[in-house]
Amino acid sequence: MFSDELLNYNWDETTEAIAAKTAADVERALAKTRLDVDDFMALISPAAAPYLEQMAARSRRFTQERFGRTVSLFIPLYLTNSCTNSCVYCGFHVANKMARTILTPEEMVREYEAIKALGPFENLLLVTGENPAKAGVPYLSRALDLAKPYFSNLKIEVMPLETEDYRELTRHGMNGVICFQETYHRENYRLYHPRGMKSNFEWRVNGFDRMGQAGVHSIGMGVLIGLEKEWRTDLTMMARHLRYLQKHYWRTKYSVNFPRMCPAENGGFQPNCIMSDRELAQLTFAMRLFDHDVDISYSTRERAGFRDHMATLGVTTMSAASRTEPGGYATHPQALEQFEVSDPRSAEEVAQALRRMGVEPVWKDWDAGFDAIHRAAH
Amino acid sequence: MQNLIIAGREFSSRLFLGTGKFRSNQEMQQAIEASGTEMVTLAMKRVEMGDANDDMLAHIPHQSLQLLPNTSGVRDAEEAVFAAQLAREAFGTNWLKLEIHPDPRYLLPDSVETLKATEALAKMGFVVLPYCQADPTLCKRLEEAGAAAVMPLGAPIGTNRGLRTRDFLSIIIEQATVPVVVDAGIGAPSHAAEAMEMGASACLVNTAIAVAGQPAAMAAAFKKAVEAGREAYEAGLPAQIHSLEAQASSPLTSFLND
Amino acid sequence: MQVFLNNEALQTEAATVSELSEQLSLPAMGVALAVDGKLVPKASWADTPLHEGARLTVIKAVCGG
Repeated sequence: MFSDELLNYNWDETTEAIAAKTAADVERALAKTRLDVDDFMALISPAAAPYLEQMAARSRRFTQERFGRTVSLFIPLYLTNSCTNSCVYCGFHVANKMARTILTPEEMVREYEAIKALGPFENLLLVTGENPAKAGVPYLSRALDLAKPYFSNLKIEVMPLETEDYRELTRHGMNGVICFQETYHRENYRLYHPRGMKSNFEWRVNGFDRMGQAGVHSIGMGVLIGLEKEWRTDLTMMARHLRYLQKHYWRTKYSVNFPRMCPAENGGFQPNCIMSDRELAQLTFAMRLFDHDVDISYSTRERAGFRDHMATLGVTTMSAASRTEPGGYATHPQALEQFEVSDPRSAEEVAQALRRMGVEPVWKDWDAGFDAIHRAAH
Repeated sequence: MQNLIIAGREFSSRLFLGTGKFRSNQEMQQAIEASGTEMVTLAMKRVEMGDANDDMLAHIPHQSLQLLPNTSGVRDAEEAVFAAQLAREAFGTNWLKLEIHPDPRYLLPDSVETLKATEALAKMGFVVLPYCQADPTLCKRLEEAGAAAVMPLGAPIGTNRGLRTRDFLSIIIEQATVPVVVDAGIGAPSHAAEAMEMGASACLVNTAIAVAGQPAAMAAAFKKAVEAGREAYEAGLPAQIHSLEAQASSPLTSFLND
Repeated sequence: MQVFLNNEALQTEAATVSELSEQLSLPAMGVALAVDGKLVPKASWADTPLHEGARLTVIKAVCGG
C-alpha cells in the first residue's frame, strides 16, 4: 500500500532537495528521454523557470509522438452536492447552509439528454460528494446503467471505495476513476479535512491501490494546488505515487489533473499559495517530460486562451461546457457550483478554437464494445 | 555502491558468473575469485554409467557463494518443476535459475512455459530467477507470478553482441519492482557497464569470461565495469547536451506574457 | 534385477537406493535421485527399496551458465 511507501519520503527533505536544484540539474533532465522523480523535481524547481521555452518544445514533441495533435473532450455531471465531509476549502462543506440535491434516476436521464444536446460528448464524468448512505454504490450503479446508452466512456469522481465496490461499478460499465488526494502532507491533510470519512488520510491515499487491485482501467490523480504552500513538494509526492502505481498496477492507464485554487473573493478559505499561469505551464511541461504517456487533463477552472495554447503543448484531455452544480444542464441550472468555471464557452466553441490551434478535438476514443464485461454479456 | 537484495539475501557484488565453457576447473576457480562474484550458476547432467567423477564442486567455494542451479535442458514447465526439485536436493538451495528453451539452435526461452513454471515453483517455495525474453509485459507477469528477480536477455545467448534489446531493457528496468539481471549476450565489459548505467540491478556473464584469453583477468575487468556502471548510475549520469543553447525568442510560451 | 538408470537398462544386486549409489560410486555432493519420477531425498536412500523395472533419474552437478 502506498501509505507505507510514503513513509520513506520526508516532506522537508524533499522541499530542500527541490530548492537546491540547479541549472545543471535542469539541463541534465532536459537531455534525458527517461526521467526519474529527481529530474521531475529539477523541472518544477525555480531553477527551471528560465528553461520554459525548451521545456515547452520537448513537451510538445513528446505529446505529439504519443497522442498526435489531438485533445480528448469530456463533460462532468454533478449528481449530488450532498456531502458529509467538512473540507475547509470546499463549497459543499457539510456545515454550509445550502440546498442539497441528489438527482433522481429521472433527473439523471434528463441531464444525459441535455448533455447530448450540447455536443457529441461520449466521455462523461459523474461526480458526487461523499454521502455513502444516499449516494453510495447502488446509486452510482444506477447512474452508470442509465448513462451507458448515451455515452461510450464513463468515469466517476467520488469518495474512495472498497476494492469490491470498484469491481462492482466496473460491472456496471465504469471505465475509470478520478480521485484527488488533495495533499500528501499527512499532518496538514487532517487540518483541511477535520471530520467525516475524508479525515482518514490512509484510507484515501490507499484508495488508489484498491482501484489498481480491482483492475480499474483508468485512474486519475491530483493534488489541490493552493492547500500546501510548498506545492512543488506535493506534486513531487504525487509523481512518486504515479510511479509506484505504474509499477504495481501496470495494466491501468493514468491521468493527472492540476486543479489550482483562486483567492476567494468574499472571505472563505484563502489558498496558501497562488500558482501563476507560468508556473502551471512549467508544471505541465515537467509532467509531460517525466511521463510521455500520462494523460494530462485541464478543467474549465482554467481560462479559455490558456487552455487553447496548452492543448498544443502537453494537455491531452479537457472538459468543455461544464456546469459544476448538480443537475446543472437541465434540472437545477441555478444551484450552487463547487467551483467557478473560468472557460464558459460552448462545446462547439471549444472545438473550433482547438481546430484553429491545429488540434483535433476527439469526442470518442473508446467504445463500450471494448469493455470486457460487455463482451462477456454478449 | 548500494548492496543488491534478492529475496532477502544481500549481495555486495552485482556480477553473477556462469560456470560453463571454462577450459578447466582451475581456470573457473580463478575467474570466480577474480570476479568477486557472490553468486554462480551451475547446471545438472544425467549420470551415465562409467562417468568420470568430476570434482567441479570442489572448485566452487559454495559456503560463501550463493549457488544458482539452472534448469538447462528442460523443454516445458512440467520438466522444469521436476528439475527444480532435483536441483534443490543436489545443491541444497531453493534458489533456481529457471530456463526453459525447447529450441536447441538459439536456446531462446519459451515465455509461456517460463511463466507457468515460475508460478508453480514460487508456490512451492523456490526463489525463482527466470531467464526470459526482454519483454516488458512478460517481466511484469513473471513478477506477479512470484519471480524473485527477472533475467531478460541482452542478445541471443553466447553471441557476445551486447545489449541488442536495449530499448526494451530500459522499459523493464523502469517498470520492475524486483531486481533486473541482464543475462545473455554480454560480450565485453563495456556492455556490462552500459547495462548497469541504465539501472540494471546486476549482470550475469559467462561466455565472455570463460572463453577469454585469460579468464581470470577478464573476470577482473568485468568486476570493474559492473562497479563503474553501477556507481555512475547511482551518481546520476550527466546529460549528453545536444542543442540547449538559449533561444532569443519564445515562440511557444509567449502567450504566457499576455 | 533390472532397473533403468536415466533410461538405460542396468543389472543390479542392490536392494535399496543407497546400495545402488555405492555401486555407481555417486559423489557425496551435488547429486539428486528420483525413482519413478518422484524425488527421493538423500536421507531416505537407505530406506528406499528398489523394485524390478524401477525407473531411476540420477543427476549430478556440472558446470553451466
